[in-house]
Amino acid sequence: MIPELGQMALILALLLASVQALFPLLGAWRGSSALMRMARPAVAGQFVFVVLAYAVLTHAFLVNDFSVRYVAENSNLTLPWYYRFSAVWGAHAGSLLLWVLILNVWTLAVAMFSRRLPEAFVARVLGVMGLVSVGFLAFSVLTSNPFVRVLPAPANGMDLNPVLQDPGLVIHPPMLYMGYVGFSVAFAFAIAALLGGAFDNLWVRWARPWTNAAFGFLSAGIVLGSWWSYAELGWGGWWFWDPVENASFMPWLVGAALIHAQAVTEKRGGLRAWTLLLSIFAFSLSLLGTFLVRSGLLTSVHAFASDPRRGMFILMLLGLAVGASLLLYALRAPKVVGGKPFALASRETLIVVGNLMLVVATAMVLIGTLYPIVGDALNLGRVSIGPPYFGPLFIVLMAPVVLLLPFGPFARWGHADLREWKRIGLIAALASVIGGSLFAWAASGGMPGWQAWLGGLSSAWVFAGVALYARKRWVSVPAGRRFPAEMAGMLLGHLGVGIFLAGALLTNSLSVERDVRLAPGQTAVVGGYTFRFEGVTDVRGPNWIAHQGTLVVTRDHQQVTVLHPQKREYSGDIVQTKAAVSAGLFRDLYVALGESLGAHGAWALRLYDKPFVRWVWLGGLFMALGGFVTLLDRRFRVAVPQTDESMSTPTADAQPITPRAREAGA
Amino acid sequence: MRPLRRRRIVLIGLILGAVAIATSAMVYGLSQNMSYLLTPSQVLAGKAADYRSFRLGGMVAPGSIAHDPHSLQVDFTVTDGDHTLPVLYTGILPDLFRANQAVIATGHMQGGVFVASEVLAKHDATYMPRELQQAMAQAHAKHHVVMPASEPTP
Repeated sequence: MIPELGQMALILALLLASVQALFPLLGAWRGSSALMRMARPAVAGQFVFVVLAYAVLTHAFLVNDFSVRYVAENSNLTLPWYYRFSAVWGAHAGSLLLWVLILNVWTLAVAMFSRRLPEAFVARVLGVMGLVSVGFLAFSVLTSNPFVRVLPAPANGMDLNPVLQDPGLVIHPPMLYMGYVGFSVAFAFAIAALLGGAFDNLWVRWARPWTNAAFGFLSAGIVLGSWWSYAELGWGGWWFWDPVENASFMPWLVGAALIHAQAVTEKRGGLRAWTLLLSIFAFSLSLLGTFLVRSGLLTSVHAFASDPRRGMFILMLLGLAVGASLLLYALRAPKVVGGKPFALASRETLIVVGNLMLVVATAMVLIGTLYPIVGDALNLGRVSIGPPYFGPLFIVLMAPVVLLLPFGPFARWGHADLREWKRIGLIAALASVIGGSLFAWAASGGMPGWQAWLGGLSSAWVFAGVALYARKRWVSVPAGRRFPAEMAGMLLGHLGVGIFLAGALLTNSLSVERDVRLAPGQTAVVGGYTFRFEGVTDVRGPNWIAHQGTLVVTRDHQQVTVLHPQKREYSGDIVQTKAAVSAGLFRDLYVALGESLGAHGAWALRLYDKPFVRWVWLGGLFMALGGFVTLLDRRFRVAVPQTDESMSTPTADAQPITPRAREAGA
Repeated sequence: MRPLRRRRIVLIGLILGAVAIATSAMVYGLSQNMSYLLTPSQVLAGKAADYRSFRLGGMVAPGSIAHDPHSLQVDFTVTDGDHTLPVLYTGILPDLFRANQAVIATGHMQGGVFVASEVLAKHDATYMPRELQQAMAQAHAKHHVVMPASEPTP
């Protein structure tokens, strides 16, 4: 009975989504306040029913209701409760429901924090988000209903894919979806601006905090995904240029471009059409990502929960959304040119160059990801395109961005001071060559390889730029106004780029990997660490049995750590490697158990010494933090009341941008 | 407005130049890094001659897996039902590697033996690379090779 309630809730949510999509848009068009006022109640109602549907599905998992087919396929009696909780999004239908739930969370937030925006504008924004919701709810109800029964009910379920039974995967998908779906807000704002023909720059200021929040979530989601695949898959890498990873990386790249373009549009009025286009692209790529992962088109090694028959629906949804929004853009955007002129040497130019490189990099990733699919469809042969294509090209395309990054904050809007650039460039170059070389030298413990050099130089270059600008603010601006949230967010994000560069390039250069065959008592030396194999014992978990190896790691006869890599066998003969990682800020020691080799207790083992790998994720987390800190900026409270204090200043939205804010950073 | 226009032209020129360079780099990168998937039959028919490295797809022939007793070297045979090809690999095999399972190995030919640098097995009990499934469909239809369920259960 309860699952049917979930089904009904889903259908009611679909109806309310239709109401939310149609009437406010109609009202905004006809100028009918009554119709426009239907938006918020519809949002609230839809939210309630989607939460209900989601809660019902979660309940079915928690009480092991195997009469629900989706539960029977993705859970069983021995699955611990926390994985039953996360198994809700372990496969297609449930992850779609999570998508819809998160869309509703965002929509509700927009409805709550938009009380001071013009009524017609809010009606259009909520209407557009309603349209997106209709598409996905219809998808769920028509093709991927998670509440379908299976009769007679099996006594026990199958199992959640063991790869997904990891704490990292409990939080990774919700984070990623928060980012993906968050771009729907920027998208809805852009479409609302196009529909309404309101081409002042206000809509951008309203949209900015939402975009930054989405970017923060997406960064965090990608970091979690990368960390999880590192810890779980036993390959010891943190990024594989796998199509599924690329699917989340493309919206991130465009999102990074978008948050910078929005700053230009808000503060200078320039790049309006470009900002609109990027808003459309960011969300379109999020949809494309969903399509790629869910359609079963990809031959990715970790495309879970995919089903080719449903791909068509998402493809249609994608075509409709992208086609319609680009058509609208083509009709309306030519009218939006404007903004203050800027010189060749200006902050605008730097942002344009950075934007361009990010978008070209996105195109590069897109082509590399789609080429095998298109090539297969056109009978050009079955090809795969791997890291050797993506890696070097990405480094080349991002080099100008890294090179220009220190200058960005120093460059004035409109017209930059070239003498200051020269001074900054000189100091940063000195810091980079001396500090970076020392860094690379110390990290490598000797003559560094070219990648380690590059890591040291580029990260020191970025650190120097960030430090110089922080110092300039500290010296020239009175206390209390030195680092407004927007600027602090920018500095944190840029710092994150530096940390990431150091992590990515140093770990790629300095990691040592060895596949060895060890019998109990034998040792292997990797990167100065001695791994002594103590043999394998059997251990038992709630829903698995495992061979567990024991390795004692020593350095200079001092014990460093003891590692217990496992090879787990889940029900249904599914074997899953569980790598053991000893994490540290400057190095990770990583052991994965291979296979048993013969009678003497010998095993194949994969041993890694991975210096600085944590910095990769630390950098990503700093970028995410930068996105979130930016939200706190006072100027955005017009759109997003953050505290009670701002609630008590209802005239805030009438205030012009303060000179401080406009010239922030100039 | 003339200086402004000139600046815009310079800017657009720079943009176009950058895009041109990026595009050519991409085309070059693509042409250098495409890795084709071939079955043993296709390899024996000489289709692999053009490629420095390629991917070999097929099933692990039962009884063909032989570990070297002193190292991590392993050799096995990959079959597509029609023909077989010996494969040599040094390293740790994936969790799901076993006889009668689909594998994709990346590597190159060396005197009639495929020397693999990487071996991937199908990902879980119901996963099979779509491309491999297609490449092998014909051979299987002819020879009734036991295939695992290749469609994910709905």
